[in-house]
Amino acid sequence: MQPILQIEHLSKEYVLTRDSFEKSGARAGLARKWAALRRFGGSKSRDENSGEHFWALKDISFNVNEGDVVGIIGRNGAGKSTLLKIVSRITDPTEGRVVVRARMASLLEVGTGFHPELTGRENIFLNGAILGMRKSEIVAQFDEIVAFAELEKFLDTPVKHYSSGMHVRLGFAVAAHLNREVLIVDEVLAVGDMAFQKKCLGKMSEVSRVGRTVLFVSHNMAAVENLCRRGIVLNGGRIAFEGTAKEAVLDYLGRVSGSRDSTGHIVALSAAPDRRFTRAPLLKQLEFYADDHRPLANDLQIGSRLQVRIHFDLPELTENFNVGLGFDNSYGQRVFTVQSQFQPGVRSQPRVGPQVYTCDIPSLTLTPGEYSLRVWLEIDNAEADLINDAARLRVIESDYYGTGKVPWNGAFVLKHSWRNESANPSAIKG
Amino acid sequence: MPSSFEVTIRPHRGWQPIDLREIWLYRELLVFLVWRDIKIRYRQTLLGALWAVLQPLIAMVIFTFIFNRLAGVKSDGPPYPLFALAGLAPWTFFSTAVSQSSNSLVSNQQLVSKIYFPRVFIPLGSVGALLLDLGLSLILLALLMVHYRWPLSLNVLWLPVFIVAAVMATSGVGLALSAFNVSFRDVKYAVPFLIQMGIFVTPVIYPIRYIPGSWRILMGLNPMTGVVLGFRYAILGTPSPWPVMGLSLAVSVVLFISGLLIFRRMERRFADII
Repeated sequence: MQPILQIEHLSKEYVLTRDSFEKSGARAGLARKWAALRRFGGSKSRDENSGEHFWALKDISFNVNEGDVVGIIGRNGAGKSTLLKIVSRITDPTEGRVVVRARMASLLEVGTGFHPELTGRENIFLNGAILGMRKSEIVAQFDEIVAFAELEKFLDTPVKHYSSGMHVRLGFAVAAHLNREVLIVDEVLAVGDMAFQKKCLGKMSEVSRVGRTVLFVSHNMAAVENLCRRGIVLNGGRIAFEGTAKEAVLDYLGRVSGSRDSTGHIVALSAAPDRRFTRAPLLKQLEFYADDHRPLANDLQIGSRLQVRIHFDLPELTENFNVGLGFDNSYGQRVFTVQSQFQPGVRSQPRVGPQVYTCDIPSLTLTPGEYSLRVWLEIDNAEADLINDAARLRVIESDYYGTGKVPWNGAFVLKHSWRNESANPSAIKG
Repeated sequence: MPSSFEVTIRPHRGWQPIDLREIWLYRELLVFLVWRDIKIRYRQTLLGALWAVLQPLIAMVIFTFIFNRLAGVKSDGPPYPLFALAGLAPWTFFSTAVSQSSNSLVSNQQLVSKIYFPRVFIPLGSVGALLLDLGLSLILLALLMVHYRWPLSLNVLWLPVFIVAAVMATSGVGLALSAFNVSFRDVKYAVPFLIQMGIFVTPVIYPIRYIPGSWRILMGLNPMTGVVLGFRYAILGTPSPWPVMGLSLAVSVVLFISGLLIFRRMERRFADII
């Protein structure tokens, strides 16, 4: 039995020039042609030198058998999207090949090709056709799609009046009814409200149970663990690990927690773009540390210790001042705030000149995601300096509860316990 | 597993043939894209599809006044308004379709970078949608012919040939320009200008006999010359030089094929640079 998806020595090269990426391909191409013309008849072209060459994927090989559900994980820039784009035929590989032995559909985005001026009904047909469905297939499943999206009442409303949640629901509903042997899915589950996410995960596991082949790229480790049987970790465009989904998730978590760079933990605030101050910019620098004063350059696992050191100036002798840090999640909601005035006894005496305050959070129990930090300084109860989006902090999955199950829903995790209060074992049966 | 679906994805270099099997497989999508363009074109407009006939109609009135009445340009037989409209109908189709299709890939970036289907459908869909407008302006022309009591000649059997030629010329230009536009947005600025100039090198306003005999054949290198002459020949029955029309028809076919080939050659890099 031949594999349904066969990926052989796949590589993809991009050429980056100092110009913007958008122009790079074309300009570099022209420049190469021009150089070749001028050297016409001369020596071999040295076009390797024009622009910076970058291998997004390098020599990737693996097979996927019928019915396999493979999760592909890796940090941003590891090559996941490039791999999906090649397998989906959106872009050509530079080297190597992929053999697909079945009808395939790829969902790199929810609702590709939706047109805001068209109604929900019209967009179902359009989107279905773009995904490769026959008109007869769409007609046959139309009612199911509408029921799944829960948008019966809004079918004849132009999609531009839909909320983003409705938009996602409609898009996923169409995609979920694609009857293809191979599905390529990118992160589409990271959107929508909680209830709908659950429904999508349910649909995904239904799809994988009926024996369809799925290639699933995600940052959501819990989803990968639950849905996939196999896992592949990409790192720097190469396969770093291949094994069961659970092993792959563990490998990935080990990889991200092990990597730190030497200066990334220091954020200078002098050039902060989104800033307002009354007299002078007083906030100077932020520094991030993990446990044991180890510098923290990028990612933080759920529940680990975070120490933030804030450097600032006090222009004159002041007794009444307050520094604060706010954590906003990716939806722009304030998740929590820390302020030095919450600490009894810190500003017992008047101070002037450079100050260094450290905020120590023994266990940062935010759920995985990216958080934007706002930092501010108040003097005499008035705002003196404030910086929005001064730094970003990425919280990543960890085995917080020590059970091998990765928490990911909600805004934060809390230590808690469960007890079985049933009187005796037989009571459970009743 | 049905191995008939086997697809191999590998690097492509140089000129690529057109994958007719794939185009056939996806044929319904082309219909949907045409339908989408038609549906959204006149959404949220007061006059709706009336715009399709208003444009050539108003141009006809203005041309008749300026060129016929003021400048004394004569038609080659039929009343000048009929003469002008029979030329304006295909010309408006050409100019609108070229400007829309040349912009189609860029304005459908999302479709190019997030999903795969034969991408020739994007510019071809824009061209296809405008056939409806062409049909509407031909109906307008028919009404005017009734008004002027100008008979429809038997030449009308030739009309499909010239419509196909118009579609081929338009698609060829649109395909090539849309592909260039992905890399070089200069196309966006060049197209309106070229179209404005184009009406002067196409016998839309004036009859071809105004061009000195030895130069006439050169006009045939412009595919729209043959289309405009052909529309007048087929609908109004005006005598038209076959050598010029024949050359134009051949140019249309060549343009269509080279547009497709250029598009196919540039297609593999669209998603990387759009």
